[in-house]
Amino acid sequence: MIKNKDRYLSFLLVLPSILAVGVFIYGFIGWSIRVSLSQWKGLTPDYTFVGLNNYLSLFSDPRFMVDIRNTLIFTLVFVIGSILLGFILAVMLDQGLKGEPFFRTLFLFPMAISFIVTGVVWRWLMNPAEGDRMSGFNLLFSNLGLDFLVNKWHTTPEWGMAAIALAAIWQMSGYTMALYLAGLRSIPAELREAAKIDGATELQIYRYIILPILSPVSLSALIILGHISLKVFDLIIAIAGKQYQLDVPAIYMWQTTFDGLFYGRGAAIGTLLLLSVAVLIIPYIRYTLKNEAQL
Amino acid sequence: MKPAVSRFSIGKNWLYIPLVLMAIFYLLPMYIMLVTGFKSFEEVDLRTMWNLPQGLALDNYIEAFSKLAPYLLNSFIMVIPAAILSSFLGSLNGYVLAKWKFKGADIIFPLILFGMFIPYQSILIPLVGFTNTIMKPLGLSGIPSLILAHIIYGIPITTLTFRNYYASLPGELIEAARIDGADMLGVYRWILLPISIPSFVVVLIWQFTSAWNDFLFAVVLTGNNAWPITVALNNMAGSQIIAWNVQMAGSLLAALPTLLVYLLLGNYFLRGLLAGSLKG
Repeated sequence: MIKNKDRYLSFLLVLPSILAVGVFIYGFIGWSIRVSLSQWKGLTPDYTFVGLNNYLSLFSDPRFMVDIRNTLIFTLVFVIGSILLGFILAVMLDQGLKGEPFFRTLFLFPMAISFIVTGVVWRWLMNPAEGDRMSGFNLLFSNLGLDFLVNKWHTTPEWGMAAIALAAIWQMSGYTMALYLAGLRSIPAELREAAKIDGATELQIYRYIILPILSPVSLSALIILGHISLKVFDLIIAIAGKQYQLDVPAIYMWQTTFDGLFYGRGAAIGTLLLLSVAVLIIPYIRYTLKNEAQL
Repeated sequence: MKPAVSRFSIGKNWLYIPLVLMAIFYLLPMYIMLVTGFKSFEEVDLRTMWNLPQGLALDNYIEAFSKLAPYLLNSFIMVIPAAILSSFLGSLNGYVLAKWKFKGADIIFPLILFGMFIPYQSILIPLVGFTNTIMKPLGLSGIPSLILAHIIYGIPITTLTFRNYYASLPGELIEAARIDGADMLGVYRWILLPISIPSFVVVLIWQFTSAWNDFLFAVVLTGNNAWPITVALNNMAGSQIIAWNVQMAGSLLAALPTLLVYLLLGNYFLRGLLAGSLKG
């Protein structure tokens, strides 16, 4: 029998957090949407309703089209790269080799540092300068006789975002490795042995037994990395600053709002980002909580 | 120990080749930061950036530290209360949401969770408005506003981690304490709090790392006296005046606190990381 006093008290304990989340997340989202439907441009708030004008103008805005294209390139390279690399590393580390903790610690350490630090260092590693001023990876390739690998990195026209994604893979692939490693460790050894007795090759075991069991892990990785791609911001700022060729929605939002004072458009970009994240994340939260309830 | 058939065979030693190559890939940026930092000013040259230093000079670190020290201090001042308070709130929420489900708790929890994933661009304009109209007149702009943002936007992940942990504890534990006469707060104070120290370490580390590494909130909520290290480092790197070698040394200084926490408490860090993907 639960006492009423305890009931009220427990609700009282979470009330500050519920209010904070209610105001600072949902209230602020509502406020942002309201700004996105207004013509506010300038220092003083102007909530004159303009309907979806800010959204519509974004979709005929060449800069926003560049942003979408860049986000797609980044997402594709970053998500596929991190998942593949993370999976391969996890499988290698799951073979019971000596020194596994050392390698695991090493592959995961970039997760502990900020995108800003990563960006500042990679900015110099991916320095596109040529000839006498060559440095970074290009210099390393050149010294090793791998001149065909020398390239313009993030300053490559059209595909510069792929180079930014490379730095992001360096930072985040340890995370997918950790996810897969935890998944692999939870697979009972008997399962593999049984398959082996049935004559399955190592490759077949991974293809037909392990990968299907790990599909929830792959789904998590896909969604977490996918939503990180949509939000990418600091890394680009630290590598390249604000450049049109490497623009993404998060940077456009920041610039148009705080440098250009076009609050209406900034809020519209923010809301579109939120919608794109919500489409990924809401089903994921529902799926996870439903699975948990069934346990 | 049973002899594992395939997992310890010598035939797998070739795997060290790709593993070592990957290790080199992960270490290259670290190598550049360290090596460049230890070169003397005379020795620094982009064309020899991959060479080992000829001695152990501290020029770059001293120069970087003298420029970045105030901002490192700002980061510490900001991160410590933010991590402690958001962890504490998360533990209270987690306790109630796991063991004292009130009406509507099943709706509230996913709503809190969603807050973990939102792009902060979607709340940035109101947040800045709130800071300017409410925090500033109270004299709480800058670092206090940043602390508040990290506490509030940290609630979802801290709540999730603690809720998953408390949900994994058997109900009998609480029943037994209640039979002994403990009330709701007593159960928390005397039973759950002491055994959740490891969870606190996980959450504290996680909040410390994410607040230390944050850039977006910092750049919109703080002016140049209150900048945390991420903003200061980014501005240092963006300016033409400060040499790249000092930037490398500065990057290492900025990375060092979270890196040390990771090296010393790696397993707790890993648990926080996995909790963030919703799997407790």
